[in-house]
Amino acid sequence: MSSNTTDTSNETESTTDESSTLIETEVSVDSQRSQTPTETVVSATNLSVSYGEQRALSDVSIEIPENKVTAIIGPSGCGKSTFLRSINRMNDRIPSCSVDGELRFKGTNVYADHVDPVALRRKIGQVFQAPNPFPKSIYDNVAYGLRIQGKADDVDLDEAVERALRGAALWDEVDGQLEESGLDLSGGQQQRLCIARAIAPDPEVILMDEPTSALDPVAASKIEDLIDELVSEYTVIIVTHNMQQAARISDKTAVFLTGGELVEFDDTATVFENPADSRVEDYITGKFG
Amino acid sequence: MSTQRGDLFADIDLGREKLINRLFYGLLVAASLFGLVILVLLIADVIWESYQGLTTFNIDPVQFLTEPSSSRAERAGFGASIVASLWLMALTAVLAFAIAVGCAIYLVEYAPETRTTRLIEANLANLAGVPSIVYGLLVLALIVNDAGLGSVILAGAIALALLIVPIIIVASIEAIRAVPSSVRDGSYAMGATTWQTVRQVVLPQAMPGILTGTILALARAIGETAPLIMVGTMLHATRYPSGPLSSFSAMPTQIYNWTYQADRMFNGLAALGIVVLLVFLVVMYALAGYLRKKYETEGSITNV
Amino acid sequence: MSTEPQSGSGISGDDSLEDAHEKNKRVRRVLFGCATVTVVTTVAIFLVLFDNAASYFFGARISEMIAGGGIERTVTFTEFFTGTRWAPDHSTPAHGVLPIVWGTLAITIGAGLVSIPIGTATALYLSEYANTETRNKLKPLLEVLAGIPTIVYGYFAVSFLTPVVVGGIASNIINPTGAWLESVSVFAPFVIEPVSEWMMGVRVGRYSLLAGILVVGTMTIPMVSSISEDAMQAVPDDLRNGAYALGATKYQVSLRIVLPAAVSGIFASYILALSRAIGETMAVTLAAGFNANLTANPFDEIMTMTAYLVSMARGTSAVGTVEYQSLFAVGLLLFLMTLSMNLLNDRMKRRFQEEYR
Repeated sequence: MSSNTTDTSNETESTTDESSTLIETEVSVDSQRSQTPTETVVSATNLSVSYGEQRALSDVSIEIPENKVTAIIGPSGCGKSTFLRSINRMNDRIPSCSVDGELRFKGTNVYADHVDPVALRRKIGQVFQAPNPFPKSIYDNVAYGLRIQGKADDVDLDEAVERALRGAALWDEVDGQLEESGLDLSGGQQQRLCIARAIAPDPEVILMDEPTSALDPVAASKIEDLIDELVSEYTVIIVTHNMQQAARISDKTAVFLTGGELVEFDDTATVFENPADSRVEDYITGKFG
Repeated sequence: MSTQRGDLFADIDLGREKLINRLFYGLLVAASLFGLVILVLLIADVIWESYQGLTTFNIDPVQFLTEPSSSRAERAGFGASIVASLWLMALTAVLAFAIAVGCAIYLVEYAPETRTTRLIEANLANLAGVPSIVYGLLVLALIVNDAGLGSVILAGAIALALLIVPIIIVASIEAIRAVPSSVRDGSYAMGATTWQTVRQVVLPQAMPGILTGTILALARAIGETAPLIMVGTMLHATRYPSGPLSSFSAMPTQIYNWTYQADRMFNGLAALGIVVLLVFLVVMYALAGYLRKKYETEGSITNV
Repeated sequence: MSTEPQSGSGISGDDSLEDAHEKNKRVRRVLFGCATVTVVTTVAIFLVLFDNAASYFFGARISEMIAGGGIERTVTFTEFFTGTRWAPDHSTPAHGVLPIVWGTLAITIGAGLVSIPIGTATALYLSEYANTETRNKLKPLLEVLAGIPTIVYGYFAVSFLTPVVVGGIASNIINPTGAWLESVSVFAPFVIEPVSEWMMGVRVGRYSLLAGILVVGTMTIPMVSSISEDAMQAVPDDLRNGAYALGATKYQVSLRIVLPAAVSGIFASYILALSRAIGETMAVTLAAGFNANLTANPFDEIMTMTAYLVSMARGTSAVGTVEYQSLFAVGLLLFLMTLSMNLLNDRMKRRFQEEYR
């Protein structure tokens, strides 16, 4: 499923007349990024997840590459968020949830008995659909991860906070107001604060669950630009119901359909221009979902 | 009604219905005002008797507030009772707050869905319905007599604490549950343990609600008489209590003892005591209301 | 399921993670301890009451019996439950608990007769009739009524209700009616005369059953009205609209639609109010008195179980005496009564909640 074709970039540039993308947006891919060789950072093998009787993910196998943006799209209820939450075991917090199969993070099955979910989550960051800053100051929000992970004494906290806020493209707007409450920021700023909070402890993977769906288009596009910068240091896995967004920002796209089935996983350009599965084509062109 | 059309509704006679409705409405209003009438009479009575006490019996307000009580009405004051109540409230708050908030945190954030948990929750519901005097009996047997502590403030505080623990638990559970799960998820997703999440994120946000519930519970406790009588109070609070191990008569029990005497002057003293007690209550309710208002507007998550 | 993991190799963290887990475990144990305190309290209540009540009936506490003390039958169950004179501390003692149980029941039922109709009517008014402004004024007043300490109600009873209201009723209504009845007793002497005699002789002392009923009834009104109102509000508007669309009047909708639909919540509130009345102490003591009379005359003094407990409280001095022991026998009886009411209330509440989940 994972292809390392380097000519996708050429294809997109001349995509105006023949085999146009199935949606209105052009797939824009960073040519440099698509050419670098990839390691798999997260992989699933026959992963199935159920909430009680309800099947949410069916037999999913996928290998997600490092330092790329992987988008996960599909209609409502297809299990996209469930898949995301399985990666950092946030699904554990739902009592009826049961998991079969394997999900590996850097080679280790995260559902193995000896794995500590708390430790796992310290290596993976998550950004949620609705911004959820803590009712604390901006500084304390960003420093939270480092503090609870016991690293606050080992690093220069001020510097780490600044670095994270710069990384989240928020520093210029909040410099000098770090003591203000995180809740006083606008929605888009709050979301960038949550991103800063997530990257401050230097995770390896950032999970984003529809991070822009609660924001206005201007704020959303700022975050899309941000993702483009973040991917140089982190792996970004983003769930989105906005296909145009997926086409714009991601390198690889995974398409889930109702019932939790992974139907296609390929370079974004391929998925949007020439998908292998006809159901994907139907979904993208809007025949359902 | 369209009398122009005349006959359109001629076959419907709602006269009797309207009468019944009006009577019914009147009945409901009267019932609703019953409580109000009693309340007004009660307050008027207390004020009248206090006034009588101040004028006819020449009770000196300053003496009233500062002197301890006495079997001689002319020399009786409320000061020692006020201090005893303050001591009681302080001890009760300390004892009850820790246990109640701890239990609430456990039930909301830690407790698995097992039979033990259901037992604890069912038991809470029943504790709330136990008459306050039973707590007095419990403490009388165990603490005052078996443990030999005697009829001291600490024993009274234990009885009152046991009484208000269920109240604080219920309020705290509500306040903790009100913290949105999105904020908790944000913390857990960062690899925080349950205690880290509770202490750093949940509790700070729930604290105003918890404090409000605690103040309201203490407002209940400060007026409780029966458990203290069972524990054993002095007939007259003739000296200021020196500490948790002093014998005492708190505000409500002193009011009771004074009311019990048929003497008119003691009656006036009791009325004044009630005024002081009610002032305490008003202050506490106002404080709780202020806290509630203040934290309802601040700290709201949605600011988009 | 909570995220309590096992630490180990693989994706594991550093020392700080171990520390964090350790701390979490320790805190969890402490918090669980706090939760068990509540259960321990209930157990303690049972144990203490039974243990000490045993000494009343069997001459020794259960703990003493276990330790090898002797048993000596002091008060028989028959005497306790069927005797009609209650005077454990009298020079000629009697241990029949009926008068004070009767006192409690009389107050409870009487108070119910006050709080149930008035509370339900108030709830109906607030839920179906009152506009927002009136609601916003009336509801806080009811809260105030609920927040007044019972000792204040007791004072009010002694200082005003009994002398002015009950006494007023007695001297301005009952006595004159009795006198008038006597003047016409000629028409049916055997029937009217005893009644008029009694009516003319009604005198109100410092305490009266009627005052107790009024006071306890009033203080439980908010309980009935607030919970009943919640139950009524929970009735979906669709039901009401269906009836109104048929041309029903508000009176009909209130009584035939809303009330029946909310009945389990309303009933739960009644049971709660009655249970509260059973356990009420200070107001009823100062209102209804200390005389263990087995009487139904509302102008007479009676004694409730709670009033007995209060009157016998002597702190440490009385340990071992029959009066002291009787406190726990009566206390146990009181506790069991309120416990069964509360269990009933739980059941009703669960039914109410299930209907509208």
